[in-house]
Amino acid sequence: MKRRDFLASCAALAVAGCGEVKGAPLPPGELAGGNLERGHRLREKNFARPTEVRRVPVLIVGAGIGGLSAAWRLERAGFRDFAILELESSVGGNSRYGENAVSAYPLGAHYLPLPTRESRAVRELLADLGALQGDPHAARPSYDERLLCHAPQERLHISGLWQDGLWPRLGVAAAERDQYVRFQERMAEFREARDGQGRRAFALPAALSSNEPRWRELDRITMRQWLRDNGFDSPHLHWYVNYACRDDFGVGIGEASAWAGIHYFACRNGEAANAAADSVLTAPEGNGWIVKRLAQRYADRTITGALAFHIGQNRRAASADFLLEHENRVVRYEAEQLVWAAPLFVLPHVAPELPASLVAAARAGDHAPWLVANLTLAEMPSSGAGAPLAWDNVLYDSPALGYVVATHQRIAAAPGPTVLTYYHAFSAEPPKQARERLLNTPRETWARQILADLGRAHPEIGQVTQRLDVFRHGHAMIRPVPGTIWSAARQPLARGWERVHFAHADVSGMSLFEEANYRGVRAAEQVLRRLAVRVGTALG
Amino acid sequence: MAEQAAGAASSRRLQFALLASVFVVAACGLAYELIAGALASYLLGDSVTQFSTVIGAYLFAMGVGSWLSKFVERDLIGRFVQIELAVGLLGGFTAAGLFVAFAAHAGPFRVLLYGAVFAVGVLVGLEIPLVMRILKRDVAFNELVARVLSFDYLGALAVSILFPLLLAPHLGLVRTGFLFGLLNAAVALWALWLFRDRLARRTGLLAAGLSSVAVLAGGFAGAGQLTTMAEGWIYADDIIHAENTPYQRIVVTRWRDDVRLFLNQNLQFSSKDEYRYHEALVHPGLAGMAHARRVLVLGGGDGFAVREILKYPNIEAVTLVDLDPAMTRLFSSASLLRQLNGDALNSPKLKVVNADAVRWLEDHADAFDFIVADFPDPSSYSIGKLYSAPFYRLLTRHLAPHGRLVVQATSPFYARQSFWTVVATLEDAGLKTAPYHALVPSFGEWGYILAGREAYASPETYTVPLRFLTAQTTAAMFDFPADMARVDAEVNRLNNQVLVRTFESEWRHVVR
Repeated sequence: MKRRDFLASCAALAVAGCGEVKGAPLPPGELAGGNLERGHRLREKNFARPTEVRRVPVLIVGAGIGGLSAAWRLERAGFRDFAILELESSVGGNSRYGENAVSAYPLGAHYLPLPTRESRAVRELLADLGALQGDPHAARPSYDERLLCHAPQERLHISGLWQDGLWPRLGVAAAERDQYVRFQERMAEFREARDGQGRRAFALPAALSSNEPRWRELDRITMRQWLRDNGFDSPHLHWYVNYACRDDFGVGIGEASAWAGIHYFACRNGEAANAAADSVLTAPEGNGWIVKRLAQRYADRTITGALAFHIGQNRRAASADFLLEHENRVVRYEAEQLVWAAPLFVLPHVAPELPASLVAAARAGDHAPWLVANLTLAEMPSSGAGAPLAWDNVLYDSPALGYVVATHQRIAAAPGPTVLTYYHAFSAEPPKQARERLLNTPRETWARQILADLGRAHPEIGQVTQRLDVFRHGHAMIRPVPGTIWSAARQPLARGWERVHFAHADVSGMSLFEEANYRGVRAAEQVLRRLAVRVGTALG
Repeated sequence: MAEQAAGAASSRRLQFALLASVFVVAACGLAYELIAGALASYLLGDSVTQFSTVIGAYLFAMGVGSWLSKFVERDLIGRFVQIELAVGLLGGFTAAGLFVAFAAHAGPFRVLLYGAVFAVGVLVGLEIPLVMRILKRDVAFNELVARVLSFDYLGALAVSILFPLLLAPHLGLVRTGFLFGLLNAAVALWALWLFRDRLARRTGLLAAGLSSVAVLAGGFAGAGQLTTMAEGWIYADDIIHAENTPYQRIVVTRWRDDVRLFLNQNLQFSSKDEYRYHEALVHPGLAGMAHARRVLVLGGGDGFAVREILKYPNIEAVTLVDLDPAMTRLFSSASLLRQLNGDALNSPKLKVVNADAVRWLEDHADAFDFIVADFPDPSSYSIGKLYSAPFYRLLTRHLAPHGRLVVQATSPFYARQSFWTVVATLEDAGLKTAPYHALVPSFGEWGYILAGREAYASPETYTVPLRFLTAQTTAAMFDFPADMARVDAEVNRLNNQVLVRTFESEWRHVVR
């Protein structure tokens, strides 16, 4: 089939080339993303003195999934005296969303797999939001059918055709398929594996995993190395595992730690009474539906556009100085306990008294940038030859990760206009370099590249796209390269800094919803204990 | 010296000409394969399967051809010309022949398809080895392989780009087939001219070549009429109205007093027996509901269900929600169709809404005594959602306290599992069901399901004029003979869409 692959890619290049040459006018759109000026203002360090001191028992800095989960846990314990301050203009972090006349759409994380048995807090949160029915800790709970991804869930464009599912099948030799089977068997073994104390080898949250060296050693090599060491050399298998790592971690198999790569395949053990185990929960706005619901609850205690530029603590209280954009002044917050739910690499810049061990820990690990583009289409894209349009549509020979369809969950007799959300993780170059490219490239260049990429499967995409909005995440995901997740240097993060508790997926070393939620809930429980509120734990 | 140089130059020209023909031959080979795959997808659906199996059969046949080439021992050039002509004729007529065969129901279509693919593949497989052996005398082996194969791939590349962008959309499959047939024949004629000195039986080959060109050119010119004729067979009767709307292709045909409606080539009704379908759809549910005032019809833009509903004087208001304005416009304006539906779409009691049923249900709070869900069969994922548990829960919110709904639910005979899947799904939505069936000759045994919060009892009498139903036969419609009796079925959920999958596999066995 070599010849056919060659032809398919030549044709694809030619078509992509035509798309560029034709020079149809680009659809309008915006270039948006984290407020860089606000964030990078930290570098200048010339802030005014506070004009007011506000006292609050608990202060949460950052309103991504970590911060919102901390707030959720505090309210579950009946504790409502907290304030949430967020740097950006809207809350949600990596789970932010947008909305236009056609549909709501994600600006980042777009789905949640069925929660694992260990993700107890995620299950309770979903039950609280009505998405999970009955006992949240049942082996196979029921989930709201509107959120379970409708069929068909995913398809792959390969050799010019769409196929069902993401494991490449078209033109894949039998010997490679045998490797698929063997790989899946190995992952199933890892999924079942437990140590003498009953801890899973690869649990989600990762902190609940076994600490035995036989598994933790895998954090010293890359996923590609592990594949090679174990006799997996099928190029299509490598593609699939690489895709999974790029999608979940923002790094390819050449850089991702083998522990992280295996964790992706081995940690998920969630099941549902009314769906297959590989189902996911999604909504037009991706994980934004959770953000939307939680943000409503805490809206009265949330301030956006708040830049924290100094964090400190003494024997009586923790303090945080903010530049509040909406009030255009500097305000000091004093809190008995502080939840730091912002990225950890920021902390050394704003907390001069942070102990050296924590400075080193916070600085260990760097972040992969992401680009998320939303294409508003006048009509559904043509399905193309092969499997029909799915929710998640991936192109085999693409530097990007494909697109999801925002209106997929809509029940409608006729397809109408829609929004496609296109994902690109910058996994092929050093993060700093990628970040510079991300920040210095105009929207038009991205738009042209995106339309050319999608044009290989959808020749009409340039004509039917009415808007193309690009959203940039400069520091989207911590990169779980070898030595990140289980490095000794990063362990102090789990303990926090006296009155300051860390509630960010950075602590876990993997940027996953479940990790952010776990860190947020855990920080909130530490806070409650310090405040001597009687609490059990939502974490099991 | 001079003579040798002249000989070398002519040999180079010859080589070049042969390599150019390799380019054309490869292009034609790939074109036939793409045409067969595209045609099979177009006619049979499921393009992954069609393309995979066509490509597989074709590659295998090429292998067979290559192997067979060793048995060609003498007169390589003459054989090459013959093979070119055979490929041209066979390949050129494949698309037209298959299309006509499909339309005329001539023979088992898949056998013809793979037979043609195999035959063309074998002949194409013979071509390249022969060319290589012809060139072998003048070119070193490594050079030979490199040149021939690179021209082979280049030809394939050209077609793989031209086919989807230019040929298929602008020329159509049938005409594209003839075009490549002509190219093959042209290569044969060219070879005849190039090797005019080395060939013995030139006159016969020349005659064969010229007549092939004539036949193929005739095919190319007549491809348009051929397609229309074959489509005519698919529809069998005179087309009296044809229209492409943003949602579907509407075709109305007529043969004597039989008027038929096709949406996307699927028969929706025949005026010979549509009263059976629509009486069975409406009256078993509505006859016993003297209290009913307000009725909602979803789908059914032809107005036949409304015609039946309006027979009851107690009905005060009917809302018809049909997506396609072209349908309701056609059936409320064309006099022939207005006669058929009793001008129901112009009734003052009727409100026509051209909207997506689900959107409309979500945006309105109206409650109805009787709801008719007369959607197309669940043959796609988007329509499958209109047979799902969440959709039925949405419908239930629009049911008045003693209200009832009826769902057309495909054939319990041809698609038994599908039918009972819909029953199970309605029950999952918390409704009590009463499934029944009626014989509609155009469709065969057809299934309906009544559902409501209360148990159902079939009417003791009918008070309105009917041609098909009687109270006695109605009671019998709720009995299912053994070959249609209830089977265990999974609920059709949005995240599994079992109905679409089941429906497709069941009907695949019915329709070839």
